[in-house]
Amino acid sequence: MMHRKVVLRVVSKFLIPPILVFALYVQFHGDFGPGGGFQAGVIFGAAFILYAILFGVETVKKVLPPWVTRLLLVVGVLTYGLCGVAGLLLGGNYLDYNVLAHDPLHGQHYGILIVEAGVGITVAAAMITIFNVFAGQTGED
Amino acid sequence: MSAIYLFFLSLPFAPMLEPHLPALQVVVPLLAAPVCVLLRDAKLSWLWALIVTWISFAIALVLLGKTLSTGLIIYEMGNWPAPWGIEYRIDAANAVVLVIVTAIAAVTLPYAKASVEREVPRPRIYLFYLMYMLCMTGLLGITTTADAFNLFVFLEISSLSSYVLISLGQSRRALTASYRYLIMGTLGATFYIIGVGMMYMMTGSLNMADLATLLPAVDHTRTVLAAFAFVVVGLGLKVAMFPLHTWLPNAYAFAPSAVTVFLASTATKVAIYALLRLVFTVFGGTALFDTTGINLMLIILGIVGMFAGAFVAIFQNDVKRMLAFSSVSQVGYMVLGMGMATAAGVAGSIVHLFNHAVMKGVAFMAVGAMFYVIGSVKLNDLAGIGKRMPVTTAVFLVSGLSLIGTPLTVGFISKWQLVVAALDAGWWYIAAGILLSSLLAIAYVWRVVEVAYLKAPPEGSTGRTEAPLSMLVPMIVLAAATVWYGIDGNTTLDIATHAANALMQSVAGGRP
Repeated sequence: MMHRKVVLRVVSKFLIPPILVFALYVQFHGDFGPGGGFQAGVIFGAAFILYAILFGVETVKKVLPPWVTRLLLVVGVLTYGLCGVAGLLLGGNYLDYNVLAHDPLHGQHYGILIVEAGVGITVAAAMITIFNVFAGQTGED
Repeated sequence: MSAIYLFFLSLPFAPMLEPHLPALQVVVPLLAAPVCVLLRDAKLSWLWALIVTWISFAIALVLLGKTLSTGLIIYEMGNWPAPWGIEYRIDAANAVVLVIVTAIAAVTLPYAKASVEREVPRPRIYLFYLMYMLCMTGLLGITTTADAFNLFVFLEISSLSSYVLISLGQSRRALTASYRYLIMGTLGATFYIIGVGMMYMMTGSLNMADLATLLPAVDHTRTVLAAFAFVVVGLGLKVAMFPLHTWLPNAYAFAPSAVTVFLASTATKVAIYALLRLVFTVFGGTALFDTTGINLMLIILGIVGMFAGAFVAIFQNDVKRMLAFSSVSQVGYMVLGMGMATAAGVAGSIVHLFNHAVMKGVAFMAVGAMFYVIGSVKLNDLAGIGKRMPVTTAVFLVSGLSLIGTPLTVGFISKWQLVVAALDAGWWYIAAGILLSSLLAIAYVWRVVEVAYLKAPPEGSTGRTEAPLSMLVPMIVLAAATVWYGIDGNTTLDIATHAANALMQSVAGGRP
């Protein structure tokens, strides 16, 4: 796919690492500025989708096999949910972050960081999965 | 019921779990669902779903016991006080619905195993149970939440997963049925969220109790009027209230049997509950309740639905489709009871939620078992089924009698309650309508009975072939419940009256 489009291939190779880094910035800066797990997940997924467009879905599946994305889909959701359960086990209500650390402020900080990480992982995995399934036209089974 | 609650309190882990039950009711199936992807095995994920649904059922029973003995339960998510945070509020009304949803889910799962293995391709079975649990999560979430926006989120969770569940049906027409439901369901959800947005615009709140106190001050504005209209039409679509029911017959007819059992018994019930909650709890105190004539509209739509659904059902050749149209008719009764807007009428509506869930569950289970054995549920193919599958047909007969409203079945209890409510309010013609539409039910049930018992089985059919025991037992359990709660109507009616009172609380000055 696109073997002769040298410009596109070279430029995309330049772009993909900054896209990934930017995604991580949006992810972890989300509690101070605009951003958060969903946006970061989409940007992170976009890097892989760009790679797939230029080098083919099969290539990207070598980097990120379907079983990994499927696992990540689950891991993200469970990270979010279990963070809520942790609050419950530590004596607060479900999704109460205050109890996650000695200082409620830190607790809130950790809580939202973990939860957003969960969101980011699941959204990125979902984006990549959706693209791969549609582009590859083969089921995930 | 309160005995169950007391028993729960005596358990060693109870003190830690007890305050968190409202959250766990939703969180347990929500977090259990994705685990199916890790299991990936058909049998394991079935077992997992079985454990989870029965735990949910236990939680729902304890919650019902708790509300009946101690009243309203409030749970603040993340300890953020309402109206800033999202709170879950459980009173008798939603506790009843929680029990209906989880009970049906728990009884359907043992039934589902054999049926799903026959109807869904093996590699996709784990996805089936994943979606099943997600759908249950959504329905439970709609029921527990006291936040109008949160309700929308759960509405989408349950809807999206039910589209997937329906599309897993064998026939390719399941895909178009599911797609049609997707379009209609999305319209409904969008209308609902537009209505919620308008309420938020005027009050700045999404909490239902808060909305109920803030809305009366602004109820003369056109925005709130439009919000009311959008919410009623949006939820009306999910309820399958006539004439917004067109998605329902095909969706139920082409879905896998187990899905039809589950959705027919729970999805429309939860939507009815949401409509009750929004109309009575949120808008109950506003002048809109009187000026818009919503009651009369619901009564008329209810009655038309009762007749239209039953009438169309008579002419169906596919029994599954026939029962689906019968659902449209039965939803009409619930809408009618709601439209009466008296405590007795709403109680009739709520008791019919439970009763219809049980009897329609039985009916669809029986039809699913016939499909399992014969591979078709067309009337022509069911000739002599009474001799080939005596138990299944007998079970179907019980639910059929209940659909008609014969005494000693649950159908009688709810129709009786509705007739009494109508007569109390002086609407004798509504009572007559309820009786007349029951006559139509006799017609469509009779068509099946005639084919099943009076026609000879086709040549070469091999004696008796019942469905496996795992399908028969849940069916018989639900059929027994149909009769049990038909004889002892007081238990369910008492709870329904509690629920109706809880819902009618904010309706200005108590209706006549």
